[in-house]
Amino acid sequence: MRFAPCSLRLKGKMGSLIQVQDLVKVYSLGEVEVQALQGVSLSIDRGEFVAIMGASGSGKSTFMNILGFLDRPTSGQYLLEGINGEHLSRDELAEIRNQKIGFVFQGFNLLSRTSALENVELPLIYAGTSTSKRKEIAQKALSAVGLEGRSHHHPSQLSGGEQQRVAIARGLVNQPSILLADEPTGNLDSKTSIEIMGIFRRLNGDLGITIIMITHEPDIASFAKRNILFRDGKIVDDRNSALQG
Amino acid sequence: MTRLLASLRIALRALMVNKMRSSLTMLGIIIGVGAVIAMIAVGSGAKKRIAEQIASMGSNLLIVLSGSSTSGGLRFGSGTVPTLTADDAKAIQAEIPAVKYVAPSLGGVAQVVFGNQNWSTLINGTTPEALEIREWPLSSGRPFTQQDIEGATKVCLLGKTVADNLFGGIDPVGQIVRIKKVPFTVIGVLAPKGQSTYGQDQDDTIIVPLTTAQKRLFGMQFPGMVRVIAVQAREPEVMKQVEDQINDLLRQRHHLQAKQDNDFTVRNLTEVMSTAEQSANVMSLLLGAIASISLIVGGIGIMNIMLVSVTERTREIGIRIAVGAKGRDILLQFLIESLVLSLIGGTLGIGIGIVGTLILSTFTQWPTLFSIQAILLAFLFSGSVGVFFGFYPARKASLLNPIEALHYE
Repeated sequence: MRFAPCSLRLKGKMGSLIQVQDLVKVYSLGEVEVQALQGVSLSIDRGEFVAIMGASGSGKSTFMNILGFLDRPTSGQYLLEGINGEHLSRDELAEIRNQKIGFVFQGFNLLSRTSALENVELPLIYAGTSTSKRKEIAQKALSAVGLEGRSHHHPSQLSGGEQQRVAIARGLVNQPSILLADEPTGNLDSKTSIEIMGIFRRLNGDLGITIIMITHEPDIASFAKRNILFRDGKIVDDRNSALQG
Repeated sequence: MTRLLASLRIALRALMVNKMRSSLTMLGIIIGVGAVIAMIAVGSGAKKRIAEQIASMGSNLLIVLSGSSTSGGLRFGSGTVPTLTADDAKAIQAEIPAVKYVAPSLGGVAQVVFGNQNWSTLINGTTPEALEIREWPLSSGRPFTQQDIEGATKVCLLGKTVADNLFGGIDPVGQIVRIKKVPFTVIGVLAPKGQSTYGQDQDDTIIVPLTTAQKRLFGMQFPGMVRVIAVQAREPEVMKQVEDQINDLLRQRHHLQAKQDNDFTVRNLTEVMSTAEQSANVMSLLLGAIASISLIVGGIGIMNIMLVSVTERTREIGIRIAVGAKGRDILLQFLIESLVLSLIGGTLGIGIGIVGTLILSTFTQWPTLFSIQAILLAFLFSGSVGVFFGFYPARKASLLNPIEALHYE
């Protein structure tokens, strides 16, 4: 937690992890303006497991990009642990991503030709962790997702489920505040998808890691405690998951 | 520091992955640096040879030739009619303060005999100053002195070629040779000097005291006759002034009227040589420029490959930026990659350049000269080519939008 000048640590109400207020995002594609988000307000507390659902074009990916400090809103406010990214530079945002956010993507996004261990080490490299410490932490993260024996395999030698587990280990290695997963099971068969969801449930339940996951499959969403539905850039539904009774 | 090491490791790995591409890209730099090294070596070799020739002739040298007289409307070329005397030489020495040494000489080709060996060579009668002007040391024996001039003693100094041809392995010092049947004692052997600018063997000569040459060997059409007076000025700046003063002095001594042409010619040899030096400079500059162009072309090759590499690895860059790489990290990663390419290329190029130059000089007999400065310069130049041509692709990579980069196919 090297980051965050005091002035930027605005207190979120009730100490929520994530505070989103009237978020609007407008893309201009040539002369046409596309309103990807049309005023989204939301708060997420520490320890939640949220699934965001919606058809393609509903704005859920745009929302995730903003939550992950990969994109900036056109208007509105987003606070993560009280940090407002609005006036931060590219490099400052990179540092927040490095320290506070773990990413898991649909296409895994691992570096090919690089071992599982080195993939997991990647965020630690940019955090400036020493080489020996890096190996140690990365190895632990791999063990946490059940891949301790596969650390020197390259992505091409791993199954889809194993690759996604490497990606999860990479997302967790810097002990982030939130894990953002964008369609984490989109490229996996249903059996492997359930395995991955099992890992998410365990990370959330046992370790208290906050997870926000995009999916368009209702049965995957049902693993989360809270389901949010996006349509046309707005939240149309927000409730506790059916399975979570 | 940890981040720098990590960047270095990432860059090296990326280069190893595309071995073929990396080595071909490096080849451009190897050839460029090799060419620069070789061309500089050839250029400085040529310059060094010219500098040596200037030194072997004597620096700041003016040559006064007799002749070029006009008689009955006929004009004769330089040296055809002897007009200079040893006294002219003495007067030049005495009256022009900027003159360091003066050496009058009278010479000609004659047959030299030792035992059953004989050799035809250039006999040069002159004064001890001649050896000072030409900075010509002896390899053995002693030089002749003012006493030898005054006494017109029959002593001589042999050039190396003459000594080799007449004496083979024997030490010539103390032996008697016959020049035009006159016996001369060999008192010394001159150090080898090699070829002159015009390809003449400077060691194929015998030096005798001027007075001896005048009285015993070549005769005089008038007392004290000499053919050439070599004059060395104290420094290069006064050459022109000395030339003018010699002209005035000799016109006066030879009683020439204002309308009469000179009956002698003054030649400024330094001028001739400096022209040669200048053309050598231009040549080495030209060679260097051409070689530099090939290095720049190599640099463009690096830039090209780095651009391809950035495009190819857009997704990788996106991942790195997403997990927290700053612009600087990405910039450094790609900059190190191109720097490593160009420095390895530069190092190999230095090797290739040196080997190539040695081969070239063995086959063509061209003089070549390596200098540490030139090699360091080529190495630094290749490094800056890497940074210069690597910067644009690296900066492009560091400014990629992570969202677009992550979805790049």
